[in-house]
Amino acid sequence: MTKTNVWIVGLATPVVIAMLLLFPGSPSVTANDQPSAANAEVKIDNFVFGPQTLTVPVGATVTWTNKDDIPHTSVSTDGVFKSKVLDTDEKFSYTFDKAGTYPYYCTIHPKMTGKVVVQ
Amino acid sequence: MRDKKQDRIDEKLQELNNDGIDRRGFLKCMAWAGTGLVWTMSGGIPMSRAFAKGGDKGSGKGGDFSFVQISDSHIGFSKPANPDVTATLQTAINKINAMSHTPDFIIHTGDLSQLSKPSEFDTLDQVLKGASAKEIHFVPGEHDMLSDNGEQFLQRYGKGTKGSGWSSFDHKGVHFIGLVNVANLKAGGMGSLGNEQLEWLEDDLKGRSASTPMVLYAHIPLWTIYPDWGWGTDDSERALSYVKRFGSVTVLNGHIHQIMQKIEGKVSFHTAMSTAFPQPAPGTAPSAGPMKVPADQLQRVLGITDVNYLVSGRSLAVVDSPLGDSGSSPSANGGGPGGR
Repeated sequence: MTKTNVWIVGLATPVVIAMLLLFPGSPSVTANDQPSAANAEVKIDNFVFGPQTLTVPVGATVTWTNKDDIPHTSVSTDGVFKSKVLDTDEKFSYTFDKAGTYPYYCTIHPKMTGKVVVQ
Repeated sequence: MRDKKQDRIDEKLQELNNDGIDRRGFLKCMAWAGTGLVWTMSGGIPMSRAFAKGGDKGSGKGGDFSFVQISDSHIGFSKPANPDVTATLQTAINKINAMSHTPDFIIHTGDLSQLSKPSEFDTLDQVLKGASAKEIHFVPGEHDMLSDNGEQFLQRYGKGTKGSGWSSFDHKGVHFIGLVNVANLKAGGMGSLGNEQLEWLEDDLKGRSASTPMVLYAHIPLWTIYPDWGWGTDDSERALSYVKRFGSVTVLNGHIHQIMQKIEGKVSFHTAMSTAFPQPAPGTAPSAGPMKVPADQLQRVLGITDVNYLVSGRSLAVVDSPLGDSGSSPSANGGGPGGR
């Protein structure tokens, strides 16, 4: 790293931290700096939601990606969210604003179930 | 490879041998395609007779007749397991048209389309237009319910049906019942008929003579084949209890893209091959998805089912044929994919 780069990073970091403190729920700020929580992925493959139970913080956006060669859906059993039919490589995202447990399943292959825990 | 396949076939047939009657040889013969020799079952004893070629071109009230079941055409699917499902459906129709006897009608046991798209249904209709049998009965598969809970399916194929598409009709003394077990599926469950349909079924059967042969058809198997993969129907026991009193009941299903058969008393269960792609035998793969086979074997694991009703035995003989000729060897398999 050059001295300029170090200087920019040095300035950017406290700015970022300040923004995190001021705008705690903002996904666009947290996206790249908080790798684990605010953006979470569920991969659909072989008729399985992986991971089957996903725990995320309030305000997190969960993205389901279908990597299977068969279409699937991701539909909340309590009517909270409902994806369209996802063919291979299609995605569906939902942002969880409230804490709670959100069981869901694939309406085409109902044996496929999963759960998002928001806390 | 061949031995492994034969083992799987034998395993499947073994499950039927639970009452001492050797049905293994019988079922192998039943699936021997295209020979014009029909095996039927009467009182549990298999009998054979040459299939009457002359008088069954859809003629005669109450006479012998045949119909064909096709299933799981999945129009719109385009992946390595079969990049051209429209072509293989066309092959299936050509095969029906080439049969020595014209079937009275065709039954499609669902998954007509891959994604319930209008263009997919249109393509299917185009291909089916060329079938020798002009009367076609449909029940939806879960892939046909993807837009508006099957509204489009009902608009196109649901004339005269009730609810999510169930119905019954009589043909030359045989009573046919099309059931829908792919609507309102519950999380963690398998296929489901639902209370409204079951009540309709009970009512539909009231007062019918027990000697009336019954044919039930639905997409997902009406008996439990493999729960982990959803291969069964949660409330089918109730439906089967209503038909228990009848002397001859044949249940035709699809969904699993391979042949499986079970006989329980007077009820014969049978699942058909797909015209699109095969799926693995239960538990032999990580999931139930499309199974790739070498291109030159694809035609052997896809097929149609010819069902022949013989008045004399008041029974139906179910004969599966792969799309590709396997050389009419007597050892041709009685269940599952693979042709030699």
